[in-house]
Amino acid sequence: MTDQLTLEHVAVNVAVETHVKPLLQAIDLRLAPGDYVCVLGTNGAGKSTLFNAITGDIPLAAGKITLAGQEISHEKPEKRARLIARVFQDPKMGTAPRMTVAENLALASRRGQRLTLASRQLRQQLPAFAQLAAQTGNGLEKALDKPTEQLSGGQRQALSLLMATLKRPELLLLDEHTAALDPKTSEAIMAVTDKLVTQEQLTCMMITHHLEDALKYGNRLIILSAGKIVADYDTKARQQLTAADLLTYFG
Amino acid sequence: MSLGVSAIGQGLLYGLVGVGLFLTFRILDFPDMTVEGTFPFGAAVAVAAITHGIHPLIATLLAMLAGMLSGLVTGLLTTKGHIPVLLAGILVMTGLFSINLRVMGRANLSLLNQPNLFNAHWLKALPPYFDSVVIGGIVALIVVACVIVFLNTQIGQGFIAAGDNPTMARSLGIDPDRQMLLGLVVGNGLIGLAGGLLAQNNGYADVNMGIGVIVIGLAAIIIGEVVFGELTLSQRLVAVVLGSILYRFVLLIVLKLGFNANDLKVISSVVLALAIMIPQIDHRLRIRKTLRNGVTLDD
Repeated sequence: MTDQLTLEHVAVNVAVETHVKPLLQAIDLRLAPGDYVCVLGTNGAGKSTLFNAITGDIPLAAGKITLAGQEISHEKPEKRARLIARVFQDPKMGTAPRMTVAENLALASRRGQRLTLASRQLRQQLPAFAQLAAQTGNGLEKALDKPTEQLSGGQRQALSLLMATLKRPELLLLDEHTAALDPKTSEAIMAVTDKLVTQEQLTCMMITHHLEDALKYGNRLIILSAGKIVADYDTKARQQLTAADLLTYFG
Repeated sequence: MSLGVSAIGQGLLYGLVGVGLFLTFRILDFPDMTVEGTFPFGAAVAVAAITHGIHPLIATLLAMLAGMLSGLVTGLLTTKGHIPVLLAGILVMTGLFSINLRVMGRANLSLLNQPNLFNAHWLKALPPYFDSVVIGGIVALIVVACVIVFLNTQIGQGFIAAGDNPTMARSLGIDPDRQMLLGLVVGNGLIGLAGGLLAQNNGYADVNMGIGVIVIGLAAIIIGEVVFGELTLSQRLVAVVLGSILYRFVLLIVLKLGFNANDLKVISSVVLALAIMIPQIDHRLRIRKTLRNGVTLDD
């Protein structure tokens, strides 16, 4: 089977005063279509940098990234958006606060497309948006005409998730997307996430700090340390792991 | 009566400055200093074009194009030159002072005995000062309608999103730099247009006529927001034009109270400062009242 995502010897550096500090070192990673990968690592291990390298928010010092058969190593982030969707850790980062829920969804339905002077056609899409929002189970469907700044953190993150998956992405990046939520909301958002990713068989990478989540969700687990992938467990190998085993990676 | 009509006419024409500034200040969320150079640039281009025998309508369109060009320069300095937008605006504004002198050949150029949009044959039947109300009304209506339609297009929604949350916009494939360029070009185009129209209405262009224009535009926006409260985006654009008219009436009242016309700029600044502070003071008073009531109830 052809790989969905390939990272070949990917390196990212940052200049610190007079010397160069490596953030990612010769990362090699292959994801099959439908892979649902949890990414674990200490603070500063390079998890978010890895995502930033894939989305193009950080330039590569070396290496090559191929997604869905297209080399994207040097494309601008806004161009890569046609293939990649991302949900950020901060619920405020994924939505436009003064635009309504429906307006945010309408924009997300055209992710990566060239926008035109055609009407936004919001009214026609409202029934579909209401149906979609109802899946989250947190009353989002009743807030379609509300600016997103009036939503709770959980509703806002659920909206970000819907926006990321509304137009099927070739790769979904979840960047600790439940970290800023309370435990109950976090659990609810994880349930919605799992449902969306598995139902749609999306290729997904999810950064998490919850060891239980890293063992529970997805079909694969990779662990980063000091900018390198130090462990890569497939479904079978992961089943043998316990949270205590994972703790050893955190020193 | 005639002073009131004149205030409405001037308010409508300055309303275009408010709408232009609204695109950058309220939607894209940055103050664009270019406007202080763009406004007299539009005026200089329109007046110079008319004195060179160009039809006033084409001269007015040239004023708009001149404004768009200055917005483009600010945009390129910011997006390609990586100069902070506030500084880029100041640089273009300063540069335009010399360009305006070049365009007019002097500091002040009169339209005496020249045709202009406001002395068109079909407006002569109207009572005094109604010409500016009619032309200002027509232009403001067209501009506000076009901006509302634009904001409801796919590009318009991307434009709003880029101002609201550039990170999110980029993640959806919208280039915030391109939207900034668009906002600066369109916004300054409208301000150039306002400069061209007001120069024709006043009968001259002056190299110093841009001083304080940003305050006038901001006053229109903020007075509209303070007076009309929570509105949809489309309604807010109408409120900007109405705010501009109200601002003209405030100035009129201030002058009627016997203030010196030379003090108009400081009065303008005070009016704007008050308009910005009033909602915040009101908000604090409400919080204080709520807290006080809460304490009383507990007692």
